[in-house]
Formats: sequence, structure tokens, C-alpha cells
Amino acid sequence: MSGILVVEEARRDGSARIFQETLAAGRKLASLTGLTLEAAGVGDQNKNIFLEISGAPPSVGHAIRHPLLAAYTADGYTLAFEQLIRKLAPDYVVFPHSYQVRDFVPRLAARFGQVLIGDVTAIEDGPLFERQLFQGRMNATVHHEGSGPCFLSIQNGAFKSETASGGTMQIAEFVPEIEPAQIRTKPGEPFRESAQTVDLGSAQRIVSVGRGIKDAANMPLIEALAVALGAELAASRPICDNGWLPMERQVGSSGQTVAPKLYLAVGISGAIQHLVGMKGSQCIVAINKDADAPIFEVADYGIVGDLFEVVPALTEALKAAK
Amino acid sequence: MKIVVAIKQVPDRDAPIRIAANAQWIEDRDLQWAMNEPDAYALEEGLQLKEKHGGEVIVLSAGPERVGSTIREALAKGADRAIHILADDLGARDALGVAKLLAAAIKPENPDLVLTGLQSEDLGLGQTGVILAELLGLPHATLILRVEKTDAALKVKRELEEGWFQSIEMPLPAVLTMQSGGNKLRYATLMGIKRAKTKELRAVNAAELGVESAPTATLQQISAPKKQKSTLILGGSAKEAATALVEKLKTEARVL
Repeated sequence: MSGILVVEEARRDGSARIFQETLAAGRKLASLTGLTLEAAGVGDQNKNIFLEISGAPPSVGHAIRHPLLAAYTADGYTLAFEQLIRKLAPDYVVFPHSYQVRDFVPRLAARFGQVLIGDVTAIEDGPLFERQLFQGRMNATVHHEGSGPCFLSIQNGAFKSETASGGTMQIAEFVPEIEPAQIRTKPGEPFRESAQTVDLGSAQRIVSVGRGIKDAANMPLIEALAVALGAELAASRPICDNGWLPMERQVGSSGQTVAPKLYLAVGISGAIQHLVGMKGSQCIVAINKDADAPIFEVADYGIVGDLFEVVPALTEALKAAK
Repeated sequence: MKIVVAIKQVPDRDAPIRIAANAQWIEDRDLQWAMNEPDAYALEEGLQLKEKHGGEVIVLSAGPERVGSTIREALAKGADRAIHILADDLGARDALGVAKLLAAAIKPENPDLVLTGLQSEDLGLGQTGVILAELLGLPHATLILRVEKTDAALKVKRELEEGWFQSIEMPLPAVLTMQSGGNKLRYATLMGIKRAKTKELRAVNAAELGVESAPTATLQQISAPKKQKSTLILGGSAKEAATALVEKLKTEARVL
């Protein structure tokens, strides 16, 4: 095959959204290169692994089936995809930028003497692939050199899935050769730490705090603001890492995804891991001392200043406005 | 346990970064540098494992002369010795090219465990540890928050998306990439800083490792991110800005 192989990952919630977005990225690449699309995914023996497809379907869906792939392991998936890619010899292999892809695709790519061009946010003529550097403070364009398959992973939310309903796809079964001894890790069942008692997803207003708060002793400033605003308290990862707020109040790729009416980000620079968890909010306000902080790229209103001056002033202004 | 911790020196998070004149990298003279934070967590895990099970922690870093300051910080925190791969051209290598250098330095050490952070704060590739595992022929696990050593094996706690976790059992030797937040980071003590001066810091020239490789992914240009929304910046004193914001939230955004 010369063409583009778009990979579906089975998601815990059964959603096809990320696959649709990966397909959308594949279609963009196809329009720039004139190559055709095929799909691949790991599934069990009976289920149709390719969930509903919006827009024009790839010509073939390669269903990778093997009992040793029932639970995800980096060793198993690397072997299976290595064999499929050697057989099909695609020019591009496009994955979603998920935790699972980050876990095994760098290893897979290395077997082909390649690297993963990861977390791609846009594809332009060339083709050139855009991705972020410095926690979202810079953008970079990357070019793939030489021959051999080019491995890409697509940032969650960067490409819009098609809304038109799609057609059907011819399914081709692929059974890789895998021996039990080749799988060196033994994965356990996924679990949650404790019952989630805070549902930030249904909050109307959220005050979220980041590294800018500097010390646990300063947290009451933020709590007072949340009270004055009638808002739930949330945080970016470093605050929860430090134990200043419980993990269940973390917003971002490793925490909750929220979309309140008002999201007020205090001292949060806006690394992509945080932005993916909150950029769907209706109104975003950012308070940050760094005018170049990426949080301002998604904010509707911003105050560039010292949060230790702005937050108390805002709390007072909210009280006065009541 | 013999543990190698691969660490990277990156621009300090609070250092202002500017695009260089050729638009291919940032202006890196006069920058403040720091240890990549996820690597600091990898070092902490390595030191704790050594304290529990005995053995040795060797830090490994690649980069120009300036990287020495980050290596000395790791020695001051308690690492036993260090290897510095002297390379001025890391920017011209891709993740596979850098991992090949690190793997060439690790191989003769024959460690039981290789630890590194899950990603760097500058390039954010998140691949070095995984590629290292492939080059060393070892099993790996990523996004690890906790490590327990059993007889000749490991039980690790791996972070999944959206608040889920999983434990994984794996044999040694192995490579782990560490997520932040699993441990509390230690500071270097005065005694540690003093002792670090007497510890072995071996420098190896990248060229001596004999692993040249042409990059398959090249950075063409960097630019400031495009704004996704037009942000209304409210100026004036803190009080003026706060009052203006409340007014906007009430009458324009209607979210109060």
C-alpha cells in the first residue's frame, strides 16, 4: 500500500470522537499528498472495532485480532503494528495523541529508524507538521526527512470531525504472530483512586489556580475569591501534585474535563495538558503576570498583573457588586 | 540496585523565551537553566529506591558544558556519580539520535533500572525513555507514579487518562518514565552540595560514542502561537482592572 494508515484506539468510554478527529487529520494529509486512506485498529474476535464513521470512509479497515492483545501492553501492540506496517508499507501512520500511543509508538517508530512526530496541531503544505514547544509558549513546524513510514500523532481537539454520515468500509482481518513470552509486562485492571466526590463537570463557575500561587499558605486568597463568585475550586496539575488541593480537583488531560459558564484561571500558564481540560468553557478569564502565557490564547478577558494584588481586588469588587 | 537516571537541562520555567534571529530556535544566551521537572521526580524515585534497597544511583545527561550545573545539583541531592555526554549539537538530532547517545553510555553500566521523566518541558516529545527501552532491549512502562521492588521484579502504578490508574508487573532490568507528583522532591542540603564536589563526574564526548544518525524529523521554524480568541486585556491598577472585569462579566459575558 502506498498511502495513509489511520489508527483507531478503543476508548474506555466507547466514544468514536477521537477516531473521527484522527480521520479528519488523515483526510487533510490525503488532500495535500494525493494519497489514499486506510484504517487499522485492535479489536476482539467479534466486535466491530471501527465505530461509526463520519464523512468518506477509508477504503479498507485492517482489524488486528489476537488473543494476546485483549489487554493493552506496549510489547504486544508494538509487535502487532510492526507486522502490519511491514506488510502494508504505508507512507504515513496517523495515531491519536493518547497516553496509550505515547506509551508504545516511540518504540514502534524506533524499529523503523523513525521518531514519532507527536501531538500535531495542524498539517500544512509540504507537508509540514505543527506542534507546540515550551509547554505551549511556542509553535514549531516539523518536516519528515527521507523515506520510511512517517509516524504522526494528532492532538485531541485539533481537527474537527466531519458531520456528514459516512459509508461502509471493507474489513480485512490481520492476525499478527505473537508469542506469550514476547509480552514482558503484566498489566492490571484500570482503577480509580477513590469515589469521585467532586463533579467539576456540572459546575457553572470554576476558579482554578496554578503554580503562580507559589505556596500553600496563599490558598485562602483563592478560596475567598471562589466563595465571592459562588464557584467550585479547581487547579492545574502542579497544585495537586503538591497536595495543596485534592487530585479530584485537577483540570486537564490527567484530571477532569470541564466546560462551565465561567472559568477563571489564576496563575495558570496554560500548558496544553491543562488547556484540553477547559478550553470548551463558555467564558474564560485569565489572571497572570506573564503577558505571553499561553492561557491568554484562549481567554476572553485577561488581567496581566500580580495575582496577589489582583485577586483580593477582584474578591472585593465581586462583594461590592452584589 | 544499580539505577541510571537520565536527566535533561531545560530553560527555567519562569525565564522569558525569545525567538532567535534565524527563527529556528530560541535565543539561548543569558537564559536561566533548570533540571527538567519530570526528571527531578525520576531522580527522587531513584534515590528513594536506593535508600530502601541499597545500590547506586548514576545520573546521565547530554548537552553542552552548562549542563554540568544540573548534573552537580543531582549529585548534591544524593546521586553517587555522573556521566556527562558532551554535545553541542543536540538540536540537530531528533529523539532517536539523542536516545542513541544515552543508550551507548548506559549499556556498559548494565543497570537494573533506568529512570527518566515522562517528557521534557522544552521539546515535550515524551519519547526518550521509551526509545531507550527499545535500544537497550528492555521492557518499559510510562507515566509511572509509584515503584515497588519485589524479588527480581517491579510493581508500578501507571497513570491513565481522566483520573484512572493501573498497576503493572514487570521483570528487571527495565526502563520507567516517571510522572510528576508521585513523590515529594528533596532539596540539596549544604552537606550534599559539599559532598557533590568530591563525587565522580565523567565526561564523554558525543563523538566517542560512535552513534551518529541523520534525523528523520527536523524542526523548520518556530513562531509565537496564534491566538484562538481575541482577548480583552483589562488594564489599570489591580482595583481598576478588577472592577472593569466584574462589569464585563455581568453585562457583556453575562456569567455572574
